[in-house]
Amino acid sequence: MSMTTQDFWQTEPHHHEEGASTNIGFWVYLMSDCLMFAVLFATFGVLHGNYAAGPGPKDLFDLELVAVNTAMLLLSSITYGFAMLAMAQDNRAGTLRWLGITLVFGLCFLGIELYEFRHMIHEGAGPQRSAFLSAFFTLVGTHGLHVTFGSIWLVTLMVQVSKHGLIAANRRRLMCLSLFWHFLDVIWIGVFTLVYLLGMI
Amino acid sequence: MKQRRVVCVKLSDTARRTQGLEDAPIPIAIRFPHDERTQNPMPRLSGPARLAVFAFAAAILSGCKAVVLSPAGDIAERQKDLLLAATGLMLIIIIPVMALTVFFAWKYRASKKAAYNPDWDHSTKFELVIWAAPLLIIICLGALTWVGTHLLDPYRPLDRLSATEEIAGDHEPLEVQVVALDWKWLFIYPEQGVASVNELAVPVNREIEFSLTSSSVMNAFYIPAMAGMIYAMPGMETKLHGVFNNAGSYQGLASHYSGWGFSGMRFKTHATDQAGFEEWLAKAREAGGELSREEYLELEAPSQNVPPRSYAEVDPELFNRVVNLCVEPGKMCMAEMMAIDDRGGLGMEGTVNIQALTHDKHVRRGSGEPVLGKTPFMVSSICTPQDTALMLADLDEEPARRADRTPMRGRALPVPTGIFERLNAPVIRDARTISTPEQKL
Amino acid sequence: MAIPANVETTFLLGRLNWDAIPREPIVLATFAVVAVGGIALLAALTRYRLWGYLWHEWFTSVDHKKIGIMYMVLGLIMFVRGFADAIMMRLQQAMAFNGSEGYLNAHHYDQIFTAHGVIMIFFVAMPFVTGLMNYIVPLQIGARDVSFPFLNNFSFWMTVGGAVIVMASLFVGEFAQTGWLAFPPLSGLSYSPWVGVDYYIWGLQVAGVGTTLSGINLLVTILKMRAPGMTMMRMPVFTWTSFCTNILIVASFPVLTATLVLLTLDRYVGTNFFTNDLGGNSMMYINLIWIWGHPEVYILILPLFGVFSEVTSTFSGKKLFGYTSMVYATVCITILSYVVWLHHFFTMGSGASVNSFFGITTMIISIPTGAKIFNWLFTMYQGRLRFELPLMWTIAFMLTFVVGGMTGVLLAVPPADFVLHNSLFLVAHFHNVIIGGVLFGIFAAINFWWPKAFGYKLDVFWGKVSFWFWVIGFWVAFMPLYILGLMGVTRRMRVFDDPGLQIWFVIAGFGAVLIACGIAAMFIQFGVSIWRRERNRDLTGDPWDGRTLEWATSSPPAAYNFAFTPVVRGLDAWAEIKAHGAARPDAPSLPIHMPRNTGAGVILAALSTVCGMALVWYIWWLAALSFVALVAAAIAHTFNYDRDYHIPADEVQRTEETRSRLLAQGA
Repeated sequence: MSMTTQDFWQTEPHHHEEGASTNIGFWVYLMSDCLMFAVLFATFGVLHGNYAAGPGPKDLFDLELVAVNTAMLLLSSITYGFAMLAMAQDNRAGTLRWLGITLVFGLCFLGIELYEFRHMIHEGAGPQRSAFLSAFFTLVGTHGLHVTFGSIWLVTLMVQVSKHGLIAANRRRLMCLSLFWHFLDVIWIGVFTLVYLLGMI
Repeated sequence: MKQRRVVCVKLSDTARRTQGLEDAPIPIAIRFPHDERTQNPMPRLSGPARLAVFAFAAAILSGCKAVVLSPAGDIAERQKDLLLAATGLMLIIIIPVMALTVFFAWKYRASKKAAYNPDWDHSTKFELVIWAAPLLIIICLGALTWVGTHLLDPYRPLDRLSATEEIAGDHEPLEVQVVALDWKWLFIYPEQGVASVNELAVPVNREIEFSLTSSSVMNAFYIPAMAGMIYAMPGMETKLHGVFNNAGSYQGLASHYSGWGFSGMRFKTHATDQAGFEEWLAKAREAGGELSREEYLELEAPSQNVPPRSYAEVDPELFNRVVNLCVEPGKMCMAEMMAIDDRGGLGMEGTVNIQALTHDKHVRRGSGEPVLGKTPFMVSSICTPQDTALMLADLDEEPARRADRTPMRGRALPVPTGIFERLNAPVIRDARTISTPEQKL
Repeated sequence: MAIPANVETTFLLGRLNWDAIPREPIVLATFAVVAVGGIALLAALTRYRLWGYLWHEWFTSVDHKKIGIMYMVLGLIMFVRGFADAIMMRLQQAMAFNGSEGYLNAHHYDQIFTAHGVIMIFFVAMPFVTGLMNYIVPLQIGARDVSFPFLNNFSFWMTVGGAVIVMASLFVGEFAQTGWLAFPPLSGLSYSPWVGVDYYIWGLQVAGVGTTLSGINLLVTILKMRAPGMTMMRMPVFTWTSFCTNILIVASFPVLTATLVLLTLDRYVGTNFFTNDLGGNSMMYINLIWIWGHPEVYILILPLFGVFSEVTSTFSGKKLFGYTSMVYATVCITILSYVVWLHHFFTMGSGASVNSFFGITTMIISIPTGAKIFNWLFTMYQGRLRFELPLMWTIAFMLTFVVGGMTGVLLAVPPADFVLHNSLFLVAHFHNVIIGGVLFGIFAAINFWWPKAFGYKLDVFWGKVSFWFWVIGFWVAFMPLYILGLMGVTRRMRVFDDPGLQIWFVIAGFGAVLIACGIAAMFIQFGVSIWRRERNRDLTGDPWDGRTLEWATSSPPAAYNFAFTPVVRGLDAWAEIKAHGAARPDAPSLPIHMPRNTGAGVILAALSTVCGMALVWYIWWLAALSFVALVAAAIAHTFNYDRDYHIPADEVQRTEETRSRLLAQGA
């Protein structure tokens, strides 16, 4: 055996890539978040028929409104994608513009959701009325809360990008928010299908 | 727990079961004598002397006092057998492991300079053994578990009265409805039309079918000498089948923590011959008292260390109303609610079909009002009292079919026999009795 | 016992008022002791001008080693509290016979057993385990730090925040009286109207954020930060078990968080998830909480399985027998831990087929666990066993844990569980595996790695005193509980009416006293060792002839862990390096890139704690204010781009030269 110290120790300077773990770390975080939604979906699955002799989905949901809402969120995902394309081209102004449009769509989504909630609570179908409504408000509300915080993060990033430009740290952050935003889209597709579409059948 | 598909308006011809309450005798106050738990069997000694006497007595008595290991009913007996069989099976591997640990620790201590082989880290043969040995034991134990779990399922009507006594095909179980209240037990005898609090009397060698529920929080019903425990939960009904083979007075208890008064939620079970049981019933009837819905709502209020008492009459609807959370007047029963929900709810009208809680358990231990929500409310029944009565009567289910002792006919592996059986012959009565050739697959 | 019904709430203080301060003598006395001790501590810190040192060197540190030590200190402090609860329960149960009510009323006693469970699991076992993983894993994989050093600091302070909330309940208000998992409906607003359950919820939620984030952090660290050449199948076993543990954390704590959120909504908003009327289903909570709760059991024990592997192999002077099967056994346990949760409530009436399925899956877990035990046995076989304290704890573990494992499999047989569920037999079982497995493992680890962390070994005499008190005390304290369980005695009872049981409770109480002596001896051991540290000084950094990379560096390691990144060429990397005589490179030092300390974690966690306390007491303005401040502080933190620095090459050079000199001295 002719192994030497050189074989067991890296004595040359090596470059440790900055933030190399961020991407996978954020993925793992999203998976843990996904589990939270899994619990809420499962809860909704168990309680979805327990109307407590109150109103059911057909009495409450306005599918056209929800379709518009879904379109808002899906569009925001597309525009976020454009923002990322602009970022790839080192186009700071373009990135900011598309992020702004994304924000507008996100806020529209939240606005419509809040309108829906307000309407239902006003009608006497608040989260207290039945287990079905508890599960509905919690699942959809948690998603909405995520979009809210995503929007706050989006604004923060817009400020940071305009201040520091598309530096590596900001690119990494934009990437993470991108994952987050698309993740919320995927969750919403689950919500739309399981809560609204199946409820209306 | 199963979902009912009845709505009040659809019920028609289900006859309401008569409960034979018409000829309740004149009430005379009588109570079972407060038994040995209040008496101190030990003479007063002081300090260490007392401790020593206790230690000695405990050492001697421990064998017969471990009620789980010396029960008085067939189900508990078979549960014990399974417990011992499983312990025995595992000791096959546990004892060698413990012995080897000590032996290796001693033999290979550094000062002894025994054989030293620092690079030896793999042996396919050993690996095979260390995975296979536990695996084999778990296969045996798994088989025992599968069989035992099915045979001793609390929902399963008994397949025998004791090791020596078969059960007759037309054996009628004694029905007892159990409600866990805060913090006492209510026992209703629907056929006899009497009820008791914190005292249970049953005849020996007769199957007892318990239907259990709770009025407030989760609880568990446990008479160690008779059979294992089962949860009693609000809004749900669970079942337990058991039998006493030996007469005596046995401790029953709440075995799931339920709040402040939990420790005092104990009761005596008097297992007597039929005559003794009749006598107990007669005394209960003489003692008087009627457990109506109003009376129940008062009884339901939290109280601790409640002395035993009885009721000569019981509202025959009471247990079903407790299960359906609609003892309070005007409140919608769960069965009605579930039937309505099956049809998609009551629509937007359902949002106004609510009323304030006048009597409710929610206000019993403080404010039940959520700080960010509305005052708690209840859903009003839309059925007439007659319809509700019909619906509740309809909920009394047919008793489950008594199955033979083959727990898994047509589904699973045949019961292991041969070496396995011989190995465990002294303890595993179950495995032996169910493995007669004609019952094998 | 005053639980104010319908407490008036005020804008300024919510439902907090003078009546919320408990006036029971026991609590007051405890408060006096804590207050005096606390003031003395604060005064001493001020007197010796240690605040700046603590703040700059410890509280704001992002060094995984310092954070690991802080976790261990947190665990030790909370352990004293949890054990005080245990002693009080033992005393109460030994007294409350023959018509005596004991000395604790129901309100107090029910809080104590709830707090004991919550504290021992969440704030003792979890910090110990997390602290160990934090300290050891980066060193074992040859990394400079964890992947997200700031997150690590933040996670720690969130755990502290949770502990602070739970401890606050002792002196202000009350703790939950529900049992450690707070099953509804009992934990619902109707049956637990005051602050107890809210303390429970917010304490666990704040700490839970920390645990989840630290799980993500360590998981990514193990995935991304391993030294060159360290493939997955060359990772030390402790790193493997930590890896699986962190997978379990990431994949189960969100379930706890979500479940507690639902309970919170039931209590605050009046939703109907777990209530009886209006369509709720409390059985769902019990399923959900155990879907978290069962993996939690393995979160606690798996890292210690790793510790026992390292210790057995090191002190046998041998390679670990069956490394591969050890790894597969760990992975099997990880996966199986998700399909057994129903065995915690066979008695709910799920039906025979469901019960037997979950019973049998539970038994299957004992196969890989059994394989592990055999692997340790065969590691000892033809070894050269040095009976140092870590190995003593390991052998005590093997003899104790198999009994706990056996009773666990017994409880997995549903018909047997029907007679033993919720009994003291069950209590004895899980203490048998948690004390015999987790705590003995922690003690083995502390004795094993203390010289790495501080540069000197722990005192052997007091270590042995502690060991024997603990081991004997354990058996004396818990054997009676097995027997009581077989007598049909249920857990959580406050008073008893069968005088024949008393003797067993007295024996168990005596065992608890022995354990108390063991704990005292352990603290004396720490004190004596610190006092005489020069006597047990280790200059080599490798006092036990270790096999894994953490022994390749100095004790305590420099902030950067390794001046040069090790290259791994096989299992037991350090043993291999030593075998080739390639211990230390003498190349010129390089500047080392390191993360900068930050106070952001402390601030964010403090705001979360304030927010949690405000929510417990319905102080809405404070809750809103602290929440907004929390978000603002988090955003402000992201505007700080200057998060790292380089240790200059000459400083590294100086540190390494000192080490060379010390090594020469030691040799």
